[in-house]
Amino acid sequence: MPQTPTATEATRKGADRRPLLSVRGLKTYFELDEGTVRAVDGVSFDVMPGEVLGIVGESGCGKSITMKSILRLVAKPGRIVGGEILYRPDPVGRAGGGGAEIDLTKLRKDGRRMRNIRGGEIALIPQEPMASFSPLHTIGEQIIEAIRLHQDVSKKEARAMAIERLREVGVPSPEQRVGAYSWQLSGGLRQRAIIAMALSCHPKLLVADEPTTAIDVTTQAQVLALLRELQAEHGSSIIFITHDLGVIAQVADRVVVMYLGRVMERGPVDDIFHAPKHPYTKALLRSVPNMDTEPRVALPTVEGSIPHPLHKPTGCPFHPRCPDAIPGLCDVKVPALRPVDSDQPVACFLYHREVEGE
Amino acid sequence: MSEAGAVTTHQAATEAATPVRAGERTRAVAHALPPERLLDVRHLKKYFPIKGGFFGSTVGAVKAVDDVNLHVDTGEILSLVGESGCGKTTTSRCVLRAVNPTSGEILFRIGDDEVIDVAKLSDRELRPLWRNMQMIFQDPFGSLNPRKNLFDIIGEPLLVNGVKSRQERMDRVAELLGLVGLRPEYMHRYPHAFSGGQRQRVVIARALALNPKLVVADEAVSALDVSVQAQILNLLLELQERLGLSYLFVAHDLSIVKHISHRVAVMYVGKIVETAPTDPLFHAPLHPYTSALMAAVPQADPRRRSEMIRLEGEVANPAKPPSGCYFHPRCPFATAQCKAETPLLREVRPGHFVACHRAEELDLPGVERGTPSLGTSRAEG
Repeated sequence: MPQTPTATEATRKGADRRPLLSVRGLKTYFELDEGTVRAVDGVSFDVMPGEVLGIVGESGCGKSITMKSILRLVAKPGRIVGGEILYRPDPVGRAGGGGAEIDLTKLRKDGRRMRNIRGGEIALIPQEPMASFSPLHTIGEQIIEAIRLHQDVSKKEARAMAIERLREVGVPSPEQRVGAYSWQLSGGLRQRAIIAMALSCHPKLLVADEPTTAIDVTTQAQVLALLRELQAEHGSSIIFITHDLGVIAQVADRVVVMYLGRVMERGPVDDIFHAPKHPYTKALLRSVPNMDTEPRVALPTVEGSIPHPLHKPTGCPFHPRCPDAIPGLCDVKVPALRPVDSDQPVACFLYHREVEGE
Repeated sequence: MSEAGAVTTHQAATEAATPVRAGERTRAVAHALPPERLLDVRHLKKYFPIKGGFFGSTVGAVKAVDDVNLHVDTGEILSLVGESGCGKTTTSRCVLRAVNPTSGEILFRIGDDEVIDVAKLSDRELRPLWRNMQMIFQDPFGSLNPRKNLFDIIGEPLLVNGVKSRQERMDRVAELLGLVGLRPEYMHRYPHAFSGGQRQRVVIARALALNPKLVVADEAVSALDVSVQAQILNLLLELQERLGLSYLFVAHDLSIVKHISHRVAVMYVGKIVETAPTDPLFHAPLHPYTSALMAAVPQADPRRRSEMIRLEGEVANPAKPPSGCYFHPRCPFATAQCKAETPLLREVRPGHFVACHRAEELDLPGVERGTPSLGTSRAEG
């Protein structure tokens, strides 16, 4: 089997470049009457220029809240209580004074700078294409509005740009479709229109939150191929959030595996799938039936179920379900995320004894 | 194909011999079905009218299910797959009579020599049918009443069907909870106390309360998390084996379908385009749509990042289907014949039926065999 060139290339290139986005020890908590939900509890990762970073995890792992934190869209009672989100608009540093960092957690949520970044430099492809467009306005009006919010162009120019974006994402006869309402479009076209809107201002970073979960496999294949093409063409980075390991394997260069608000393991896509370290990653991969598993034979399972976010276990969040948990250690102390292989940090005491925060 | 023809002559011959009991016009004669057959759906149609115009007259029909033939044998798992809007759910709902079919026969064996046509049952006759046929729904959060505890939820079908003694019901509920891997003490708890996977176990326990013969599972694991999905799949397989159940498994996820089923039927715009035992269907598909559907499944292996054959266009509108073969506008192999003539479902290899004019001449890619399973290839080394 040939090694996918994109994965290794991106890592190699990344070595002499600075990350476009660095999330460091991010903590986003929700203060509820019943207690505090630590939805994101000390998450760190980097996004290199031009790479697709996959964030994979099951429900309650904090992947969506991480995404919302980056875009500063966390709604009350949620609050970023710690950590940094360092955004570097010019990571290569070619523009003289390059390398400036902006800590997005320090910006005002609805301030001018954050509003310019959100949608202009960091754009979102949401999960539900039906809920993301207003049914009262044509998709053209909504894309034009997004363009004019971030760029100083006339209505006419914006309209031409909207048509161009729609053409780029493969919407047939975009001149007519620009005047269509979202409910007149099929699921696949609607998702393409959403992507066109996200791309309308040439963002440096696209955050795609389960962009293909609501659509059929044949349409999903089209959308994934489209995202890959567009990414190659524009060189933007993508954070791709999904629960689908198949999708991650197909699109990501590097992968972050999350569980209950923490990063369990991080690494290049090939290592995550072919040399997983963390017991959770291993269990997750084994429990998915794929086209090669023996039919009607019991699948290896992960014992138990995902704990309620209010009742997170002490120590390593995975220890109650972990087959290799070390009594007296895993249930007491939280393992730090430390490199095991050069490029693959793991938060697990099977590999090191470093405790989080010490 | 030959089945249907053979059966009608059979039926005619035996109908004359057996006196039909009064008021039981729905009962077909047992000999109409081979002994191993549990369910036989013939020429099933379900059209939904499109109302339009000023007076709300019917201006057309959405042919959600359009002449579907399928059968399930005792102890067999048949999967119905297809993309959204292909009619797989409507077909399963017709089988249960949750919706009334427009036409067609749904022959169901309720006893060794008793076969009924579900399509002709009156509403009053449905309750005894549902003792034999049960459903597992997709959403374990929406299908359990939050104000009832597990004893009431699982015990209700027993009560409705005449198990009046509370102690008897408690014993049975405890037994059922054990069967699905939950502790019997849980019967006094309410659904909110359980996770998605546990709720789906409760749904399964309720479905099994009356010892049904057929379980219709509509996307029974799609709403569950990956780590929990495997538990429920294992449970479904174990119960099938232990209780000799048959499943009509409606799903869109081909990896799961390949894992669980004995046979698979692929639907496209209201019609079955291919049906075959699981192995030949996946390794040597005969319909271009089946092949394209399999190619579109993202493989959980970054080394197999092949160029997925991208199927152009989208699923046809069942209210305005294209001429000829419904798949022809998207099919890379379509000819003039495909545009003009609707292909019939025909047996091309033993047990392998396909509705494609060019089935014999095409050599379509299926799923490759024999690649090491994931997470183990380098992990243990």
